[in-house]
Amino acid sequence: MQGFLDIFDIYLLEAVVNGILLGGVLALLALGLNLIFGVIDVTWICYAELVMIGMYGMYYMVQVFGLPYWVAAPIAILLVAALGALLHYIVIEPLLTAPPINQLLATGGVLFILQSFATVAFGIDFRNLGIRLPVLAIGDMHFSYSRLLAFVAALLGMLAVYFFMTRTYTGTAIRAISQDRQIMSLMGVDTKRIYLITSALGGALAGLAACLLVLQYDVHPFVGLSFGPITFLICVLGGLGNFVGGFLAAFVFAQIISLGGLFSDLEWGYVLAFAFFIVMMFIRPAGLLARRS
Amino acid sequence: MNPRNAAWAIGLVALIALPFVYREPYHLHILVLILIWSFAYTAWSIMGRFGLVSLGHGGFMGVGAYVTALLWNHLGVSPWIGIPISMVAAGMLALVVAYPCFRFRITGHYFVLVTLALSGIVLQVITATRDHTGGSLGYTPNRAPSGHGLMALQFDSKTTWYLIALGVWVFGLLIWRWVDRSMSRYAMEAISEDEDAAAAAGVNVTAEKLKITLISALMTALAGALYCQYQMFISPDTVSGIAVSLQMVFAVIVGGLYVSLGPTVGAVITILLAEVLRIKFGTNAVGWDNLVYGVMLVVFIIFLPKGILGSILDRLKTQPKKA
Repeated sequence: MQGFLDIFDIYLLEAVVNGILLGGVLALLALGLNLIFGVIDVTWICYAELVMIGMYGMYYMVQVFGLPYWVAAPIAILLVAALGALLHYIVIEPLLTAPPINQLLATGGVLFILQSFATVAFGIDFRNLGIRLPVLAIGDMHFSYSRLLAFVAALLGMLAVYFFMTRTYTGTAIRAISQDRQIMSLMGVDTKRIYLITSALGGALAGLAACLLVLQYDVHPFVGLSFGPITFLICVLGGLGNFVGGFLAAFVFAQIISLGGLFSDLEWGYVLAFAFFIVMMFIRPAGLLARRS
Repeated sequence: MNPRNAAWAIGLVALIALPFVYREPYHLHILVLILIWSFAYTAWSIMGRFGLVSLGHGGFMGVGAYVTALLWNHLGVSPWIGIPISMVAAGMLALVVAYPCFRFRITGHYFVLVTLALSGIVLQVITATRDHTGGSLGYTPNRAPSGHGLMALQFDSKTTWYLIALGVWVFGLLIWRWVDRSMSRYAMEAISEDEDAAAAAGVNVTAEKLKITLISALMTALAGALYCQYQMFISPDTVSGIAVSLQMVFAVIVGGLYVSLGPTVGAVITILLAEVLRIKFGTNAVGWDNLVYGVMLVVFIIFLPKGILGSILDRLKTQPKKA
C-alpha cells in the first residue's frame, strides 16, 4: 500500500494522469467480471481473489524459481485462466439451474477458500517481486513505469478481447449467447463449451491484471479486498454486463480515488468513490438499468 | 399449552438454569459467543429469507461495535446510551444505502454487490481513521473503574454475560417469529416472487423492504456492540468487512435459512468447528477454519440449499405422510 501512496504527489495534474493509469487496470478487471456476468449470468464474488492467486503465482515464479518476468507472465495468465475454467466446472455448472443468489453465494464460498488457502499455503507476510521499475520524470511530475506499463498492457488486453469477440467464430458465439441464452443451443452452439471458454477468458483477464498489479503492490492473502469492492461498484455503476459502461465507470472511479487520495488518505478516496456511487444511484439510476431483465 | 410451546418453555428454563449448575468458564465463554453470533445470524436471516441477500451486514456490525466503543472512550458516554446511538447510526447507514436500491429496483446481483461494497467501505473507514480507531491493530474499550461495571456494561462474571446474551438471543427469536407471523411476511414473500405483481396488488414494495432492512440492521448493530462489550477487543477484521458478512451468510445457509432456529444451528456448527480446529491444531489452524467454511458453504449450496435444520424438519414433515 505504501508504494501506492507514495505515488500521489502534491500535483493535481499528476494525480489526474495517475488516475487515468489506474483506470486502465480497473477497466480490465471490470471487463472480466462483466464478461462472465454478461454471458453466464453469474457474478464471481471471488474475482479479486483469482487476481490474488495470480499475483502469488508471479511471486513464486519470479522470486523463488527465478524465471524472468516476461516468461512468468504468460504462465500466470494461463494458470489463472485454468483456475477460472475449473471454478466454472466445479462450482458454477452444478448450480446453473439454481437461483442466481445461490451461484453468487457459492462463489463467496470460493472467496473464503482462496483466501484461506493462500493464508495456509503462503503465510500472511507481504511479498513483492523485488522488481523496481524506474520512474519517469516530466518536469516536476513523476510517473512510475510500472503504472504506464500496466495501463498500456491493460488497453492491449482489452483490445485483444475486443478483436476476439468481433473477429472469431467463438467470440461471435459468446456475444450471441449473451443476447439470447435459449436460442443459441438450438442454433448448434455448444453452450457448455462456450461457458467454459468464457470462464477461462475471464480468468485470463484476472491473470493479466495480476501480472500488472504485482508490479505495483505487495501481495498478501487479503490483497483482493483492497480492489475487489471497487471493481463491483464499477460494474454496477456501468451496468452489469455492459462492457462500455464498465469501461467508462472504471475511469470515473479511478479519478475519484486518485484525486481523493491527493487531498487525503487513499482509503478516503475509496470512501469518496462509494459516496459518489450512492449519489449516482439517486440521480442516474438509468445508468444502472442497462441490462436488467 | 400445546407440546410445541411446552418444548420451547422447557428448553428456555433449562438454558436459564444452566450457568447456575454448570460453571466451567471456557464452555460458558463458547456459549456466550454462540448466543451473540446466533443473534447476529438471526438478524441476517430476517432479510435473507426473503431473497434480500445482503453482504453489508459486516458493515452494520462494525458500526455497532465501533460507535459504541468510540463514544465510551472519547466522550465517556455509557454504552447504555452508546448502544442505542450506534444502532441509530447503523440504521441510518442502512436507510441511506437501501433506499436508492429499493426505490430504483436494484435487486438480485446488483443489491448483493452494492451491499458488498458497503461492508468493504466501512472496513476502509475504520482503517483510514486509525488515529481514533486504532486501524487494523484493533481497539479496546477503556476499563471502567471498579464498581462502575454496570454503568459501563462491563462484567467480569461469565454468568452475567451468559444471561444477557441469552436474553438478547431470545429477543432475536421473538422478532423472527413476529416477522414470520406479520403481514409483512406475506408482503415480502410476494415481493421476492415478483416485485411488479406485488406492487400491483397494493404492496408498498419500497416501504416493506426498508422496514425489514431496518430491523435487520438495528439487530446486527446491537450484536456488534454486545460482541465489543463482551470481548473488550474489536478489530476491523472481526466485526466488519466482507469476511464477516460472508461468515453470516455461511452460518445461516448451513443451519437453515427458512427456520427460526436455523441461524442458531449454524452458529453452533461454525463456532464449534473453529474452536475444535483451534484446539487441535493450535496456531497452525490459522486459515484452516475458513478453508473448511468455504468448502462447506460451496458443498451446502450445491447439495443441501435448505441447510441442516431445514432439511431435517422437511424430512420429519414429509415422512408421516408417506407412512
